Amino acid sequence: MTSSSMPQQTPLDWTDGHEGLLFEDCGVCGKRSYFRRGFCPRCGSKSVEVVASQCQGTVYAVTTVVRAPAPKWKALAPYTLTLIDLDEGPRVMTHASAGLAIGDRVYVGWQRVGERVIPRAEPLHSQDKEIL
Amino acid sequence: MSWVTGVGLTPFGRHEGRSSLDLMTMAAESALQDAGLARADVDGLVCGYATTMPHIMLSTLFAEHFGLQPRYAHAAQVGGATGFALIMLAHLIVSGGAADNVLVVAGENRLTGQSRDMTMQTLAQAGHARYEVPLGPTVPAYYGLVASRYMHEYGLTERDMAELAVLMRQHAASHPGAQLRDLIRVEDVLASAPIAPPLKLMDCCPISDGGAAFLISREPLSPHALRIIGCSQAHTHQHVTAAEDLAHFGAHAAMQRAMAQAGVKVGDIGYAAIYDSFTITLAILLEELGLCERGQSGAAAAAGHFSSDGELPLNTHGGLLSYGHCGVAGALAHLAEAHVQLTGRATGRQIKRQPVIAALHGDGGIMSSHISLIMERTR
Repeated sequence: MTSSSMPQQTPLDWTDGHEGLLFEDCGVCGKRSYFRRGFCPRCGSKSVEVVASQCQGTVYAVTTVVRAPAPKWKALAPYTLTLIDLDEGPRVMTHASAGLAIGDRVYVGWQRVGERVIPRAEPLHSQDKEIL
Repeated sequence: MSWVTGVGLTPFGRHEGRSSLDLMTMAAESALQDAGLARADVDGLVCGYATTMPHIMLSTLFAEHFGLQPRYAHAAQVGGATGFALIMLAHLIVSGGAADNVLVVAGENRLTGQSRDMTMQTLAQAGHARYEVPLGPTVPAYYGLVASRYMHEYGLTERDMAELAVLMRQHAASHPGAQLRDLIRVEDVLASAPIAPPLKLMDCCPISDGGAAFLISREPLSPHALRIIGCSQAHTHQHVTAAEDLAHFGAHAAMQRAMAQAGVKVGDIGYAAIYDSFTITLAILLEELGLCERGQSGAAAAAGHFSSDGELPLNTHGGLLSYGHCGVAGALAHLAEAHVQLTGRATGRQIKRQPVIAALHGDGGIMSSHISLIMERTR
């Protein structure tokens, strides 16, 4: 876990180019938010702790982008897009391996697309260890 | 109190060589003529946006172009819900006494003014710039996610959604201004190209050029004035990732408040004008608004419930799915059609049981912004 009380280490995640999913955990009302704001959108508290997810969860919704928006994405299409409910609570959007269905258990790994690293959900089989 | 006293709607489709201002002008001229008003009578102006012509002062740009000097003017934007937001805004402006005759005007050359890729990319920016857009999503994909969950929750099927596309096309076939008028079957929808499964090409509205305009007045100046008796909104989230639940949305609360304000019940509604950017949008909204049971919108459409001669005629111009979608004016075409149906001016496609009360609902973003309107014919 990375804590905001460690000022020397600004927490980073995939949106900063690092493999990892972070979320904010409100110390007052307990709301957990994937989009980091530095405050809690429910109660307004600024005591939010930045927490690193264990990157396991369940598929909430799934689609496949067949008609991609731009040349860079057309080269990759079709690609699966999912909303994953992390075990810690927050919902995240990720790429995913094909064939996933709502309710499937997944772990979120990483994929390089051009310069970026983006989250990619893979099936978590029952024989796999649930906590990495 | 306020009245929709004039309606202007252009055909949707290709308007080669016409700019957004041209399309707004065409619609505004037609609305003024329908209201029996002159430019000098217009003392309020509200408009939305045009993606092909971004401008920080679109309302006054149009006012100068068209020849208006209103005492109230500005633009507003909430994505696909903008059109109905402008109608509600005009109602509030008129009711509050800031102006007597407000022109609501929209128009965009979204089809011929930019490439399809550019439109896809511009619209996808409704997603979160940091957490969603870097994943290469599209608006159909956001709605594909919504569809997957909603179908899972309520048992709605791709065939059910296809029934709604078929119905919209059937309605468009009788409107000369509609962009897509060739009849289609459920099998055609199911066999159309995948875009963002479960959504296929025919589950998606086309991109269009077009315009729509209305005069909202304090008095029922025209013989066909329609009274606005209820307006309400609900804004629950912006991004699909942040929506708490993809089985319940803000539409229900918005419509409940609008109906309470109007003093009407679902059974009083004789015409429905419902936003239909995708078949899933229409299915969810019909079910959310209580116009049919959960998971039953396709079955109800197949049984003729939403047909012109059915219990609750729906989007008899063909909706966004077949009349077309040119941005802000897209949903306003729903109001134009509701207006001519309620006032008995729909010519060849006139509903036989001329409705008295219409319910309208618009959605912006990814089921994010909801606006409900109730209109009444008083004579």
